[in-house]
Amino acid sequence: MSWFDQHLLSLVIWFPVLGGILVLSTGSDRNAPVARRLALGIAITSFILSLPLWTRFRLDTAAMQFVERQPWIDRFNVHYHLGIDGIAMPLVLLTTFLTVIVVIAGWQVIRERVAQYFASFLIMEGLMIGVFCSLDGVLFYLFWEAMLIPMFLIVGVWGGPNRVYAAIKFFLYTLLGSLLMLVALLYLYNATGGSFNILTFAQLPLDGPTQLMVFLAFFAAFAVKVPMVPVHTWLPDAHVEAPTGGSVILAAITLKMGAYGFLRLAIPIAPDAAHQLAPLVIALSLVAVIYIALVALVQQDMKKLIAYSSISHMGFVTLGFFIFDTRAMEGALVQMISHGFVSGALFLCVGVLYDRLHSREIASYGGVVKVMPVFSFFLVFFAMANAGLPGTSGFVGEFLVILGTFSVNGWYAALAAVTLVVGAAYTLWMVKRVAFGPVTSPAVAQLQDLSGRETLMLLMVAAGVLALGLWPLPLLDVMHASVDNLLAHAAVSKL
Amino acid sequence: MSRQILYLAIPLLCLFAAIISGLLGPRIGRVNAHRAAIGGVGLAFILSSIVAIDVYFGNTFNGTVYTWATSGDVRFEVGFLIDPLSAVMMVVVTFVSLMVHIYTIGYMAEDPGYTRFFGYIALFTFAMLMLVMSNNFLQLFFGWEGVGLVSYLLIGFWYERESAIRANLKAFLVNRVGDFGFLLGIGAVLALFGSLDYATVFAAAPSSEGLSLVDPFGNEWHWITVICLLLFVGAMGKSAQVPLHVWLPDSMEGPTPISALIHAATMVTAGIFLIARMSPLFELSRTALSVVLIIGALTALLMALVALVQTDIKRVVAYSTLSQLGYMTVALGASAYSVAIFHLATHAFFKALLFLAAGSVIIAMHHEQDMRRMGGLRKSMPITYLTCVIGSLALAGVPPFAGFFSKDAIIEAVHLSTTPGAGFAYVAVLVGVVLTAFYSFRLVFMTFHGVPRMDEQTRSHLHESPRVVTVPLILLAIPSVIAGALLVEPALTGTLFGSSVVTPEGSVGHGPAGALAMLAHAPFSAPLWLALAGILVAWLFYCARPEWPGWVAKRLRVVVWVLEHKFGFDELYQRVFADGSRALGETLWRWGDRRLIDGLMVNGTAAVVVRASVLFRRVQSGLVYHYAFAMIIGLVGLMSWLLFR
Repeated sequence: MSWFDQHLLSLVIWFPVLGGILVLSTGSDRNAPVARRLALGIAITSFILSLPLWTRFRLDTAAMQFVERQPWIDRFNVHYHLGIDGIAMPLVLLTTFLTVIVVIAGWQVIRERVAQYFASFLIMEGLMIGVFCSLDGVLFYLFWEAMLIPMFLIVGVWGGPNRVYAAIKFFLYTLLGSLLMLVALLYLYNATGGSFNILTFAQLPLDGPTQLMVFLAFFAAFAVKVPMVPVHTWLPDAHVEAPTGGSVILAAITLKMGAYGFLRLAIPIAPDAAHQLAPLVIALSLVAVIYIALVALVQQDMKKLIAYSSISHMGFVTLGFFIFDTRAMEGALVQMISHGFVSGALFLCVGVLYDRLHSREIASYGGVVKVMPVFSFFLVFFAMANAGLPGTSGFVGEFLVILGTFSVNGWYAALAAVTLVVGAAYTLWMVKRVAFGPVTSPAVAQLQDLSGRETLMLLMVAAGVLALGLWPLPLLDVMHASVDNLLAHAAVSKL
Repeated sequence: MSRQILYLAIPLLCLFAAIISGLLGPRIGRVNAHRAAIGGVGLAFILSSIVAIDVYFGNTFNGTVYTWATSGDVRFEVGFLIDPLSAVMMVVVTFVSLMVHIYTIGYMAEDPGYTRFFGYIALFTFAMLMLVMSNNFLQLFFGWEGVGLVSYLLIGFWYERESAIRANLKAFLVNRVGDFGFLLGIGAVLALFGSLDYATVFAAAPSSEGLSLVDPFGNEWHWITVICLLLFVGAMGKSAQVPLHVWLPDSMEGPTPISALIHAATMVTAGIFLIARMSPLFELSRTALSVVLIIGALTALLMALVALVQTDIKRVVAYSTLSQLGYMTVALGASAYSVAIFHLATHAFFKALLFLAAGSVIIAMHHEQDMRRMGGLRKSMPITYLTCVIGSLALAGVPPFAGFFSKDAIIEAVHLSTTPGAGFAYVAVLVGVVLTAFYSFRLVFMTFHGVPRMDEQTRSHLHESPRVVTVPLILLAIPSVIAGALLVEPALTGTLFGSSVVTPEGSVGHGPAGALAMLAHAPFSAPLWLALAGILVAWLFYCARPEWPGWVAKRLRVVVWVLEHKFGFDELYQRVFADGSRALGETLWRWGDRRLIDGLMVNGTAAVVVRASVLFRRVQSGLVYHYAFAMIIGLVGLMSWLLFR
């Protein structure tokens, strides 16, 4: 391995963090144009830097790649230990890609504390990538918690009128969950005889009750993040109050960190407990798919509707994980990437409308297609992707999860497939009320169609959605080895 | 290799046409947009015809275009199966589509969404071709949902009309209910056979006949039956079979050309095509066939009854489409798959013709669709009148028109069938013949005969439609006359479809072999006389004795009321499913999310913390004597405990 390969992950993590600090240094809003351009340049460079992770990725191995390992805190045997496999790599790329989109989305919209806004996103980008790359428990936990700070600020500073309630709710919810994770990590440190290596944790034999406790501790942290029913209520509030960029990152990436945690920590460390509790997790996932979809149906606020839709779609992810079937798990991973694109794009669409009319209420709109045909094209496109239309990325994940689930249990599959109807119902009903019908108000009649900047950002995401939908093979090829390895690992009892 | 390029070119030409006319339409102008669309689809029609001839000479094809995905040990591929069944479908689809494209130039001439419309119908043709040319379930589902999408976009084409955007949402969601079954059916196929490739699945099917599973209620089900029933649920959605038929009449909110193309000739027949394609599976399950037969017979009969009382010219044709789809489904249930496809093809021609003729009338009437305000149009619109009569005769099954042969073959097949429920189905299709003849000639007589009932303004401006409208009518009238006679022998003797659909021994009546023999036999069989009786009654009611319909309606008030409410399906679904799920969602949200989780658990915890801290804060009063007092109490307590323990 070349020097470049060995330090690539560090580069991808710390470049945007340092870049964010640089953006911060531009200071007050007088230098806003500089801050914007600098932020865009850094985001694009980060994305380009992350591309070799894919092009130089080896498909034939489940081992960690691009590994970097340095002693960090010798006293506690903590290492600066990074590495990615086929599960983490797509998420890293998703993060760097969407950060570019978010910077473009905030270009003219954010007028106050511009440098700080962009800096928060860049720093958060690095920290989130850090979560996906950490192979050391302490490092993982640090990134996991540090990431909360910029998100807390984004909601709390640039958010809507009820932002403080939302930010604190978000913060406390996730903090309570992750404290239990810290306990589990410390326990594992002792049990391994003084190691924080996540890969060592996975090989550690644990008896049944211990596994159950460890699993539940991780579960508390990850279920909140995903979020799973019934600990999901922070998400709609956070989304509603967050600025557009915050919503995009929150839905597209933050939620994935919880799901990722299941695969990196909970399942490999406590496979027997995972199997034992699988019926519970599956039940909660199916509740998310159906219950939350029905709740989404009656939302009057577009952002809330999409937030609930996110929870419902994430139900597919956790369902796919805990079926313990190759197709279901790969489908769940594709669903994570796809949901990143689609929910991100839908939040961008709502942002476009909000920037113009300053309302997220569905009732404020109607007949938008008449005045904003290009926007409506994208809205319908992403709505269809959200409803899982074949040819879009939204289909691939749901399809594979349903197929995989069916081979294990037909009834679970039938319940999951209810989303075909309800998912289409809430999404298209919203589209009908927002985009179609007669123009309802003079304000709507005055709306301007997409600017070049807005078209560009939606076009970029649409290209991703379409490419992934028409040819998911390259993405699946990346995952095969790691998923097979994980399932094989989880199938062997540790008892 | 060169053939593969040819096959690939057919759908891709339509796709490119769609992209050029739909996305670039506003830039390149109307004329270039329709040129692009018609050019693409026309070329696709020519190539499809070449492929059909090639297939007739035995050159079939089954191969992969590209691997879509792999997961576990399954490869999901996109590929084509070119055999007689797909060749027939390709020709029908591209021909009707081309006619509709040309017709659209006239029909949509003044519509601001002209280029968008061409983009949609070209895209539809692409998706429909992907559906019929597929060699696997995945791509079938892609095409299936693709046509559903375009149908959604086209029903809601006039997006400012509340009725149109309600109808398209309804159509999409009802279809999604069907897709729910379809997708699970695909899941079951994969779980049982480990492949989604038709050839692999069909080859493995016979050896899986004995496999069964037990549901939680202890009933034993054959796997194949489960698969077939699930797939049939999908077919019921797309082919609008009772009880999933409710979306089709409402789809008439879309422009008439798409009612002809999508909601009569092609897309709605996708379900029929699906089951014909799956015939090797359905042949293994008598239970599934019986369900298919009964659902088809119900649809054929009930929808023909509803058609009797419709006054909107398009809705009559729409309900007739539903009824005819029922006929096709009946044929499938009777294992006469080739007959079903035969009727699908003839029906595509004469039903597209009828819709386009209705559209021609609607243009002349300035978008008036109520037949009660028409009448006497035959003088001013001779070509429309003549072609409409041809279409109606074909629909009613009068020899020697196309519908006679295919409908007679269906009736014969049901007669021969031993599938459970065949007796009921036989009665249903025979009664259906009378009803069909009656409502189709009710339409003809109400629209074209009798006294004109429109206002003076409209009447003075009545004129025949432009040539772009009448030429497709004439071109569609030709196959409506001859397609039946030409195709009946190869379709029934199995030379047309070869082995692409299963033809079990004795399922298709060979009776009088050949078109001429069938014609000669017609006067001695019931269906012809039933059809003529229907036409006669229609003539009596709407030409000779116009006062009779009112008199009958008064006597049969309850029946008419039931029919006018279409047996109450719409009201029921609105109340139970639409309103019900909204009420359920509202309840779950208010009580589950807001009260229970947020109210009780989240904010409740916060409130407890606050109350506790208020309590504890009182203790920390900052007054020294409070602390001192507490210390004394503590000291006393501690000492007492130490002394008396």
